Amino acid sequence: MKSWLRNISNWIIGAPSFVWLVVFYAIPIVLVFLLAFKPVDAYGGLGEGWTLKTILDLRNPSYPAIIWRTFWQGIVSTTVCVAVAIPISYQLARMNSRWKNVILLLIIVPFWTNFLVRIYAWRVFLHADGIFKKLLVAIGLIEDSTTLLYNQWAVLVVMIYTYIPFAILPIYASAEKFDFSLIDAAKDLGASSFYAFRRVFLPVISKGIWTAVMVVLIPAFGAYLIPDLVGGPSSELVGDKIAQRVFIDRNLPHASALSALLMLAVFLPMLLGKWLNHLRRRRQAREGRI
Amino acid sequence: MKTCKRNSRFPMFVTLLTLIFLYVPLILVAVASFNSSKYGGAWNSFSLKWYDRLFSERAIWEALANTLFIALISTAISTTLGTLSALALYRSKNRLKGIYYALIHTPLIVPDILQGISLLLLFVTLINLGGSLFRRLFGIELELGMTTIIIAHITFCMSYVAMVVLDRLHEFDHTLLEAAQDLGASGLYTFFRVTLPQILPGIVAGALFAFMLSIDDFVITFFVKGAGDTTLPIYIQSAMRRGTPAVINALSVVFLLVTFVIVFIAQKLITKKSESKK
Repeated sequence: MKSWLRNISNWIIGAPSFVWLVVFYAIPIVLVFLLAFKPVDAYGGLGEGWTLKTILDLRNPSYPAIIWRTFWQGIVSTTVCVAVAIPISYQLARMNSRWKNVILLLIIVPFWTNFLVRIYAWRVFLHADGIFKKLLVAIGLIEDSTTLLYNQWAVLVVMIYTYIPFAILPIYASAEKFDFSLIDAAKDLGASSFYAFRRVFLPVISKGIWTAVMVVLIPAFGAYLIPDLVGGPSSELVGDKIAQRVFIDRNLPHASALSALLMLAVFLPMLLGKWLNHLRRRRQAREGRI
Repeated sequence: MKTCKRNSRFPMFVTLLTLIFLYVPLILVAVASFNSSKYGGAWNSFSLKWYDRLFSERAIWEALANTLFIALISTAISTTLGTLSALALYRSKNRLKGIYYALIHTPLIVPDILQGISLLLLFVTLINLGGSLFRRLFGIELELGMTTIIIAHITFCMSYVAMVVLDRLHEFDHTLLEAAQDLGASGLYTFFRVTLPQILPGIVAGALFAFMLSIDDFVITFFVKGAGDTTLPIYIQSAMRRGTPAVINALSVVFLLVTFVIVFIAQKLITKKSESKK
């Protein structure tokens, strides 16, 4: 009787958001895949009937290079972010709480600072008349004619800059629960600092690392604004192409075909990650750890 | 023997280096905002003229008004929907829960460009299908505009609110609920007098995050906005396309200060939560 009432009330409070997400999140995602089979009309909108032509148009010769660049920039920025985030989380988790809160605040503020402001800051920093460039020229590292902006290195640096806090927060969240006396115990038993770190600390935070990889890699695959504002024509990513098809060439079906491709690239690693995590947990359960 | 016991300095070194990396560009912008020369290269003299210019620029005030209007409405609606969905998720035990959880959780991960284009496709399809009908029946023109921006913002803010509130619910002490019920409190009474006060910090933090996300968003807004709509991020982007105008330095500093205050408050709310747990 009680549970019956509870079920009904659950439905009532859950239904509005459920319906909202189905209409404005799930159906739009289905549409992305569906509209990839639509022809384009004279105004760049959706034409009549269905066609395979839009999908076949993806064999554009410039695409493999763009897809490859999106892929490796995503991998490199994820690797750097995670590699930096692990020692930082270790440090944060060991610190006393006053300093920890200060540093945490300092890491979170750029995370919440307007995305455009952060990119803008890099445009100022790398600007041709900027201090940084003058400094590099003075040291003799670069020529005066070198441009620091509008190339793929600028895109990569700004991507790393943007995603570092994304990587730190989940790894720190799992490092915070770590019992550091375990490291001291390992050292007392003769382990070197690095060995103790690798064999005792890393396995405990591995879940946080997985989360960090996902939350950096996936938005990196979809990066659009960064290459658009600090990159040049030779550093375009898939995200730029989608935006171009929508706003410049006005071809919605083509944009939707490209988005469908990106959607697969995003959801497949996510499912793979979930599956690997599941396997790992089963193995651990079998071995009797945790 | 002694050196072996000491903690390595390497993590601290990486932490400091990263903080420098994170702040040098921002500090440079802050310094440039007080520089009277138009090009940030050389220091000319201290001046507040960019702030003056910023506050007298009409387009910025208009964009700010739009941004706040969108943010307030979408925060109110997404906080309500998000909180309700967190409660439903927390209490439900049936098979739909997995699907429901995926629906709420995955929007946090899907890149914003995909959320933007998928919503654009939905709106375009709806306008194609129902546009003429609406015009004839109600005299309303269906088009991209403030409404579509607000719908999009509610959609991506809701998941954040739901996750923050859900976290808070998981830390919640069940015995309190049982105690209230043993003492004869009704379901609604328990909710308003026990559950709600307990999760309120989570709801407030969620609402703050929603507000921040809404004023911050460029990509999704850009996809679903109508031709004339501007928000602050849209304004900054279009200014940036024309170069690096010095007014944006001043605007960035204002943004940074606002962010700092809001994050500070949210942080206080969250740390109080984890301390009270201990």
